Amino acid sequence: MKILVPVKRVVDYNVKVRVKADQTGVETANVKMSMNPFDEIAVEEAVRLKEAGIATEIIAVSCGLLACQETLRTALAIGADRAILVETDADLQPLAVAKLLAAIAKKEAPGLVILGKQAIDDDANQTGQMLAALLNWPQATFASKVTVADGKAQVIREVDGGLETIKINLPAIITTDLRLNEPRYVTLPNIMKAKKKQLDNFKPADLGVDVTPRLKTLKVTEPPKRSAGIKVPDVATLVAKLRNEAKVI
Amino acid sequence: MTVLVIAEHDNAHLKGATLNTVAAAAQIAKFGGDDVHVLVAGSNCAAVAQAAAQIAGVSKVLVADAPQFADGLAENVAAQIVALAGGYSHILAPATPSGKNILPRVAAVLDVQQVSEIVAVESPDTFVRPIYAGNALATVQSSDAKKVITVRTTGFDAVAATGGSATIENVTAMADAGLSAFIGREVAKSERPELTAAKVIVSGGRGMGSGDNFKILEPLADKLGAAMGASRAAVDAGFVPNDWQVGQTGKIVAPQLYIAVGISGAIQHLAGMKDSKTIVAINKDPEAPIFSVADYGIVGDLFTIVPELVKELG
Repeated sequence: MKILVPVKRVVDYNVKVRVKADQTGVETANVKMSMNPFDEIAVEEAVRLKEAGIATEIIAVSCGLLACQETLRTALAIGADRAILVETDADLQPLAVAKLLAAIAKKEAPGLVILGKQAIDDDANQTGQMLAALLNWPQATFASKVTVADGKAQVIREVDGGLETIKINLPAIITTDLRLNEPRYVTLPNIMKAKKKQLDNFKPADLGVDVTPRLKTLKVTEPPKRSAGIKVPDVATLVAKLRNEAKVI
Repeated sequence: MTVLVIAEHDNAHLKGATLNTVAAAAQIAKFGGDDVHVLVAGSNCAAVAQAAAQIAGVSKVLVADAPQFADGLAENVAAQIVALAGGYSHILAPATPSGKNILPRVAAVLDVQQVSEIVAVESPDTFVRPIYAGNALATVQSSDAKKVITVRTTGFDAVAATGGSATIENVTAMADAGLSAFIGREVAKSERPELTAAKVIVSGGRGMGSGDNFKILEPLADKLGAAMGASRAAVDAGFVPNDWQVGQTGKIVAPQLYIAVGISGAIQHLAGMKDSKTIVAINKDPEAPIFSVADYGIVGDLFTIVPELVKELG
């Protein structure tokens, strides 16, 4: 079984994002970029399924700028076998990405597509579900445990207040939550090996997908600033403030 | 230009998130003087339909009552929503795990780019939503004929649960898609409220020193009826489970009161809790970044301050 793992290049989670003065977006020039953390968990899960003898090949896919090659090389260093870049400088929105991935999925016919539940830049939390809908495949979102057997996947999902277990027919889409696994550290020999792995390049037009954005961003602003409060000398003062000033207890 | 809200429920009770979502729907509907309808897709869910009919401002409740909707499987519920979509200009669901699971599936079938987690309505096609874990707010305009939207419940005050008198209409249930099956549910056995729904949260960071030391936060959480959370540093150190994590890659929370204990205030943590109404920080380092967002800070040893606080609360 092949596993397709879509990965997104995003501003590193440790970077303090700054809104551009002209309100057109956030500053991404000269900012550290990394693989979306949830996608890293997705790559790790796919590699573990391969190590367990369930998957035979892992294909990482990224859609976006040429620089997404770096993100794909990271996926290859974690253990993906080959990579596909769908290169475009268009403003890609989740529906367009889902359509691109659906086109790739039809070419590659994977048994599973595993991807992050959301990207930490646009926080949309849509791509996996949309891909599932476009392919008419089942989905298991927010996965914290995945077991594959007999043409089905049993998935434990993180829901409000606990966990639920569902069983889905393969092929299927799984989106990862934080608890699914802890991604391994990438070793230098594996980074070197990743450089030699196959990386194919497509354009959206090659896949017959129109990626025209449907949402227009009118402006991006900073949220209302939170000003620093006061330091109180002791616990009694704190409790008095919480009772009488903030009125929260 | 009628607005459809997807009710969140467990077949017996309507969940509160529905009321915040109806509030957002009402804001959209008022531009054209339009109606708000609610869809209850469930199994043996008559009580939920009755409750939905009482919601202030709702004129009609559609009920799809069939076994295949019992457990909210995305494939089945999405197909039902798509079947009804023709009559609606806007389809809204709360941005809860359930709403987030189902609605993008609806949007893709309708060839609509969903707008996720709106916190404000500017016009029937323009909405405000947080990006980068709330570090920026984007105002976006949708060019799709139909709008599919999830609503961040903390962005809209709930409408009244009573006072309405909507008509209830049964709709033809779509067949089981046969793609997925529900196996079971394990609800966390905790006396404490859920992290994302709690009015008060007590969170610990790396400063707690160990998982065992989190026990000193329990009496404080008990006193305040609080949920317990943690920073990524505390989770990474193995002190507490992953699902306690508040932050950019964990849970985004906005309680009335957030007490950060031994948390330095890394960006990734602040992103997850800075919309809390009142923030209290307890930290031994007076320079810790957490103090720059805290309303009230105490500099000192958490192991003496926390017990004192418990005592002071009586």
